[in-house]
Amino acid sequence: MDVKVKILRYNPEVVDEAEWKTYSVTLQPTDRVLDALHKIKWEQDGTLTFRRSCGHGVCGSDAMRINGRNRLACKTLIKDLNPEKEITVEPIKGLPVLKDLVVDMEPFFDAYRSVMPFLVTSGHEPTRERIQSQADRDRFDDTTKCILCAACTTSCPVFWSDGQYFGPQAIVGAHRFIFDSRDEGTEQRLEILNDKEGVWRCRTTFNCTEACPRGIEVTKAIQEVKRALIFRRV
Amino acid sequence: MQRHQYDVVIVGAGGAGMRAALESSKRTRTAVLTKLYPTRSHTGAAQGGMCAALANVEEDNWEWHTFDTVKGGDFLVDQDAAEVMCREAVDAVLDLEKMGLPFNRTAEGKIDQRFFGGHTRNHGEAVVRRSCFAADRTGHMILQTLYQQCIKQNVEFFNEFYVLDLLMVGGRATGVVAYELATGELHIFSAKSIVFASGGFGKVFRTTSNAHTLTGDGMGIVWRKGLPLEDMEFFQFHPTGLAGLGVLLSEAARGEGGILRNKDNERFMERYAPTVKDLAPRDMVARAMANEVREGRGCGPDGAYVMLDLTHLEPAHIDAKLPDITEFARTYLGVEPYTEQIPVFPTAHYAMGGIPTNIKGEALANNQDVIPGLYAAGEVACVSVHGANRLGTNSLLDINVFGRRAGIAAAEYAETASFEELPDQPETFVVDLIEGMRNATGDERVAAIRSDLQATMDLNAQVYRTEGSLKQALTDIEALKLRFANVAVQDKGKRFNTDLLEAVELGFLIDLAEVLVVSALARKESRGGHFREDYDKRDDVNFMRHTMAYRSIDAEGNVNIRLDYKPVVQTRYKPMERKY
Ligand SMILES: Cc1cc2nc3c(=O)[nH]c(=O)nc-3n(C[C@H](O)[C@H](O)[C@H](O)COP(=O)(O)OP(=O)(O)OC[C@H]3O[C@@H](n4cnc5c(N)ncnc54)[C@H](O)[C@@H]3O)c2cc1C
Ligand code: SF4
Ligand code: FES
Repeated sequence: MDVKVKILRYNPEVVDEAEWKTYSVTLQPTDRVLDALHKIKWEQDGTLTFRRSCGHGVCGSDAMRINGRNRLACKTLIKDLNPEKEITVEPIKGLPVLKDLVVDMEPFFDAYRSVMPFLVTSGHEPTRERIQSQADRDRFDDTTKCILCAACTTSCPVFWSDGQYFGPQAIVGAHRFIFDSRDEGTEQRLEILNDKEGVWRCRTTFNCTEACPRGIEVTKAIQEVKRALIFRRV
Repeated sequence: MQRHQYDVVIVGAGGAGMRAALESSKRTRTAVLTKLYPTRSHTGAAQGGMCAALANVEEDNWEWHTFDTVKGGDFLVDQDAAEVMCREAVDAVLDLEKMGLPFNRTAEGKIDQRFFGGHTRNHGEAVVRRSCFAADRTGHMILQTLYQQCIKQNVEFFNEFYVLDLLMVGGRATGVVAYELATGELHIFSAKSIVFASGGFGKVFRTTSNAHTLTGDGMGIVWRKGLPLEDMEFFQFHPTGLAGLGVLLSEAARGEGGILRNKDNERFMERYAPTVKDLAPRDMVARAMANEVREGRGCGPDGAYVMLDLTHLEPAHIDAKLPDITEFARTYLGVEPYTEQIPVFPTAHYAMGGIPTNIKGEALANNQDVIPGLYAAGEVACVSVHGANRLGTNSLLDINVFGRRAGIAAAEYAETASFEELPDQPETFVVDLIEGMRNATGDERVAAIRSDLQATMDLNAQVYRTEGSLKQALTDIEALKLRFANVAVQDKGKRFNTDLLEAVELGFLIDLAEVLVVSALARKESRGGHFREDYDKRDDVNFMRHTMAYRSIDAEGNVNIRLDYKPVVQTRYKPMERKY
């Protein structure tokens, strides 16, 4: 079928302002938006620029705003987008656009790195593995799925309006360790999140949960972290 | 142009690169150059698990694991290397757990283990639970955990830097030239040691489980330096790719009880491998599937695939152990695995061959001499622990064991060596390459050439090969090389010029496809992942040896491929027929 794809293009080497361009592409209903972008790049306009790698929703490269919602281009099928109408594609919001659909990911990764997203332990290392019950393991299972795609953070109205807020992903990243029974860095991590730009900024709008392509219950994770802060125990 | 100096430069930030970086950066000043953000690396796509004889759920030991690895590799495995890998496997898994990797747990809270193809107890008696896993996202958890440790250890990354050339002075590796995607600027890195950990080249095939970015850059760079590539004809086709797409459904699906069926609903693997059935090694299962289809027992309107049946498993069990891959089936094929069988067909998956190294990760210039300062680990390397066919879970193991070893060896060498003066204008080769492509005015498109390359490779160099099919592939590749000389990119800019880089990557793919096919033509036998219908038996008399391919330039300036061979290291195990 013939589909119209309208893409917000921006290349500061050439123009000052972003502009919409519409392309016609022949696609199968089961093709993905990434296939559409590839077809445009490979057959019509080689300058169209976006990131991608794995092609099946596990590397987190290609979060973008598709029909006004954050999604992974490689996990969004054309048939699920009402393709009789124009499909719109634009970069995720709240991070500086560098070219077309490519944004500067550094602020996002900085926020992640700032919450100590690594296991903190003290004392002697055991010779074998640390023992952890499957029930304890299950407490943070959901947040281990994160692929750092930024769909959640860049769908958050607080993040858009307040450049300092860590954003939901950083809280997800912290949650993964706070609720890991093997970890001993919780105090420090909670202190970081207790900061004025931390977890209290969240206004529970659920955009992040809806945006997450991994089905992580982002808002729930944030609530759990808030509760841990109030009661100082996990 | 910017210049940098580091003791150790690591090319690639997948599992192998980051595992190396954790060792090397502890000891000496280290930079990691990666064309992708580290967490985008394809290690993150690995699903099923990582094997180690922990014996957490049943009796096991690393010697049995070694035997399985050697036998699985159809005896082309260097047995000394396999012993190292399987012995160090236990610590490699425990190290990851200590770094925080959330493995699934047993009732006692130990690391849980499950079945995986080709892994057996006591030299083939029965299947054994050896694979350590985190649901069906083990690779994701390895990649995340290693990246988290790199953050903790302040490892220095240069993200979205494409390494395009290796600098050598008097036979020693002395640096690399990298292209910065964001700016189009070139960077010269001078280093005492360089570790290639740049992954595989699955994109020479159309149907593949590999990422768009797995274009064999590291192998291509080394190849263009006249250094050898080992066993390139051995490419693994994984049995269960989603039909038509190639997206992988892990062998864990069969490890958890999944069954392959043909159009008569027959569990056909019972005929091909009576003992282990659906859990036979991948090359056997892939060929069995292709054979079912060829003999008219395939499913679907064109009889083009077979079915993976999970419907007899409890939905709760599927959700606990196989959540991601069942979601792939739902998302991409609209199939509900609880109640429906999933269409599958073999997909190009893993390069057994690559840059030859010894067990320290040192790269080899020929059958015995190391190249001072050059190391390789992970899928880009050939140690060779996988021989003619890699066992499932042994790559995640390989990247951890040999990534670690290469990182240590590179740092130790850097601690004693001095920096070498770089050649004059070290960037010349890359400037010519890049500017040549940017300014070319030909009328060929990258995508069209790549698509034709992948089509001929899928048709002629896949699970079944013959002299005729391989010669056809070679003829096609010759023609594609001529077309590639006429390729033009549309994006002439500096910023994020992915159009240009796709052209550069295609150049590597064409080179590697040719090496693969030439190596395959010369191997007139069938072994592991390399199956020749015209020579359908293994021939230990003539071919129990590794292929070593070299790029050579003759007196007229023509580029040729010269093949040489290297003996296989055998220690404990004598070749036997590979029956399961
Ligand atoms: C879908 C799938 C499932 C798998 N499942 C399993 C499994 O269950 N068990 C198992 O053992 N194995 C599995 N494998 C195989 C295994 O995952 C890979 O072989 C392994 O992860 C490769 O790791 P690596 O570090 O060598 O390379 P990669 O993880 O591919 O990393 C390559 C790195 O090199 C960088 N790079 C590449 N070119 C350049 C360049 N020119 N300049 C700079 N940087 C560059 C990239 O940015 C990247 O960081 C699976 C593979 C696939 C595709
Ligand atoms: S929580 Fe979900 S949406 Fe947010 S970065 Fe992780 S995977 Fe992406
Ligand atoms: S390309 Fe990897 S998530 Fe879409």
